[in-house]
Amino acid sequence: MQVDVHALTHLDRLESEAIHIMREVVAEAGRPVMLYSIGKDSTVMLHLAAKAFYPGPLPFPLLHVDTTWEFRAMYAMRDKVAATPGTDLIVWQNPDALSQGINPFDHGALHTDIWKTEGLKQALNRYRFDAAFGGGRRDEEKSRSKERIFSFRTATHSWDPKDQRPELWNLYNMAKAPGESMRVFPLSNWTELDIWQYIEREGIELVPLYYAAERPVVERDGMLVMVDDERFRLLSGEVPHLRHVRFRTLGCYPSTGAVESRAVTAADVVRETLHSNTSERHGRAIDREAGYASLEKKKREGYF
Amino acid sequence: MADNPLPPPPGQQVTFQSGQRPEGRRSRTLLRFITCGSVDDGKSTLIGRLLAETGSVSEDQLAAIDRNGKVDYARLVDGLAAEREQGITIDVAYRFFSTGRRKFIIADCPGHEQYTRNMVTGASTADLAIVLVDACKGVLTQTRRHSYLCHLLGIRSFVLAVNKMDLAGYEQATFDRIEDDFRQFAGSIGIDDVTAIPVSGLQGDNVTAASAAMPWFTGNPLLRHLDTVVAGPERGDAQAFRMPVQWVNRPDQSFRGFAGLIATGSVRPGDAIRIAPTGVSSTVERIVTKDGDLGSAAAGQSVTLTLTDEVDCSRGNVIAAAADPPQASDAFQATIVWMDEEPLHVGRAYILKMATQSVPARVQEPKYEINVNTLDRLAAKTLTLNAIGVAEVLTDRPIVFESYAQDRTLGGFILIDRLSNRTVAAGLIHFALRRAQNVHWQPLAIRREQRAALKNQVPRVLWFTGLSGSGKSTIANEVEQMLHLMNRHTFLLDGDNVRHGLNRDLGFTQADRIENIRRIGEVAALMADAGLIVLAAFISPFRAEREMVRRMLPEGEFVEIYVDTPLHVAEARDVKGLYKKARAGEIANFTGVDSPYEPPEHPDIVVNTTAMTARQAARYIVDQLLPLK
Repeated sequence: MQVDVHALTHLDRLESEAIHIMREVVAEAGRPVMLYSIGKDSTVMLHLAAKAFYPGPLPFPLLHVDTTWEFRAMYAMRDKVAATPGTDLIVWQNPDALSQGINPFDHGALHTDIWKTEGLKQALNRYRFDAAFGGGRRDEEKSRSKERIFSFRTATHSWDPKDQRPELWNLYNMAKAPGESMRVFPLSNWTELDIWQYIEREGIELVPLYYAAERPVVERDGMLVMVDDERFRLLSGEVPHLRHVRFRTLGCYPSTGAVESRAVTAADVVRETLHSNTSERHGRAIDREAGYASLEKKKREGYF
Repeated sequence: MADNPLPPPPGQQVTFQSGQRPEGRRSRTLLRFITCGSVDDGKSTLIGRLLAETGSVSEDQLAAIDRNGKVDYARLVDGLAAEREQGITIDVAYRFFSTGRRKFIIADCPGHEQYTRNMVTGASTADLAIVLVDACKGVLTQTRRHSYLCHLLGIRSFVLAVNKMDLAGYEQATFDRIEDDFRQFAGSIGIDDVTAIPVSGLQGDNVTAASAAMPWFTGNPLLRHLDTVVAGPERGDAQAFRMPVQWVNRPDQSFRGFAGLIATGSVRPGDAIRIAPTGVSSTVERIVTKDGDLGSAAAGQSVTLTLTDEVDCSRGNVIAAAADPPQASDAFQATIVWMDEEPLHVGRAYILKMATQSVPARVQEPKYEINVNTLDRLAAKTLTLNAIGVAEVLTDRPIVFESYAQDRTLGGFILIDRLSNRTVAAGLIHFALRRAQNVHWQPLAIRREQRAALKNQVPRVLWFTGLSGSGKSTIANEVEQMLHLMNRHTFLLDGDNVRHGLNRDLGFTQADRIENIRRIGEVAALMADAGLIVLAAFISPFRAEREMVRRMLPEGEFVEIYVDTPLHVAEARDVKGLYKKARAGEIANFTGVDSPYEPPEHPDIVVNTTAMTARQAARYIVDQLLPLK
């Protein structure tokens, strides 16, 4: 009997595509690694990887490039994931950033550059990874919409948007010289809504910060910023207030904006995302720092 | 903004189809389509409007493009900074929107002639094409080019969007004329599924809602058509089961699963299968997923299969329905789309990648090139960037294939340059060449090791490369004499001598030089099979060709000897007076003068002829080679 192809939903097809991509990397790369940022996209990616290689364990380690400034709830989730049998998690903190005390209050944009971009390059070089999975999606930002699923990087990790390899069908050219590497984005064709619908369908556990709860926040430059620990520097006159908020993306807590929300389940978030008026990266200071083309510029320099 | 009241007040949202919002249904299907059009036919405006009116654009993004209350939809699809600087679109962009029924992925392709590469890339994953035509201009050369390319890449469903109807007075006669024109052309190249829709991206007519200005049009608006059209895999053409094996999952002794994405057909436990190209038969035991075993699986699903027998099966093999397995061959006719600045080198070995198979392959001289504007066939010696031609492709070993028309997965390939690692071409298989199917290897009773053992030596190919006049032939002669005195069985192949016989039909163009080396390589390999130590003295200026010869031989038998003489020294020697002639323009394509020499990156032996005599160089080489037993 012919199986009805109509039965495949968009989530089925996106899931199949991501699994296919991950298996291609494992079949052809020398030393793959999966970037694990603890966020929802990373968590979905991890869930897909478990499916791709079932019943075996993950055939690559996870890498968390830690800035030491992430939400406490994120560290709790990370430690829980690390404790899962068969999981090999590498945590990398840029030793230079650590010794220089780089932080989001004093160093602004430099904080991300040094902890994240430089830290990532250090870790990739240190462990000689030649293919790194990232949770980037093409709907996130203009420069992402033209990035390949297999994004080729030079030995210095830079990206040349004008010289990308043509990517036809689901055939991926992973050939490269020693020292060069690939960034691989299995979620390229997913949107924020797809991610949430998948989280709902699969019952995937996320950092609780993605769901609304009363949290202490201050309003700063039009952003609701959560006061997550004692390192937060309140300006004179600033008093944290409890508000019902959740986060659409997670990063360093002092530079990640919350949104007011009552969504406490994935289904609530799906409904809210359908009616959302603002883009997802709206809450990310990183995109605004260097103006219009800031993420593209960071990516050329080696950011994910 | 962070302090938006939630949920948002109704009515603020841009809606489509009388207030109907895309619901959070998970059961939507996926449709991938490509939009083809050129710079000024309003493609960006149309796409921008589709995105905005399906609620795929956030208010902050809309606000960013609001010019005094008038939204410039085209700016929603602005590209990279690198593109804005140059005012052009360089690359395919992927965009997303959804309705209650479907999620859509748009491959938004720039339309300039020089971007055939991008259009082919975007079309490769699309189920449907929207071809935009400016109502004021009608069907243009580029309309035909875009349609041809989409059809070539296997798209069967077309939408002809006649845009800017507002500027054409919303006249039915204009629309009818353009539709007739297009259908006539489309029919001539085999496109039969065309839906024509008159639209105005700027005014919003027939984009997401029916147009009041064109009551004469009774068809569906664009979005409704996209929502309901049956295209791509949903056409459901019954095909036999095929799954290219990506990876063998073997976590422990008890489990051995074959992981892959099903390309065509469907499978159930108990199905008889055959593994191509080996022909081994078995039966599907389980369809394993983390969510439990499946009772069946079909095209588009990533699964892991286990078989009832311990059979040999690995990446590159294809698991197929036993009653209808695919064929394997090592020679094909194919359409080749060239995608690299560096043109096709006829005869050079590239890596051909198709499904999960990778194999060295050579492209023969094109039978013809296709002029994508007129569809005329032109004579061609090679293919340059964005050229499309038909040629024979020969692979080093048989690969499993289907015709591209039958199966995109087992009929579509890419070519990868071995040195630059770039994806240089895409290929679409037409059919296998009969020659390959009927010529089989004749097994020989005496093996090459036995022949060499009788001569009490190990075979080698000593490959001398260097500029003309570097001293290759002189040194090779010295080396052969020394080896001869040591009772070694040798043979010297010399560039000039070979060109008097075996290769007298070849000239000095790049393609001929590659063929020259290929033939010499084959002869040298035969002699090595006979147990000889072969000395080959050829300029052989290109790394890729020397690599090609290395791969013709067993590991370690090819010894690359770089006779390192600077150009000015070789030119000063000018033993044969050739440099003088080349400088005078009497000889074309002379290495070092108007044709490049690529020195070896990792030669096995280097001799510097400015520091040692030919005899010293020969002595040094022999010392490096010994014992040769």
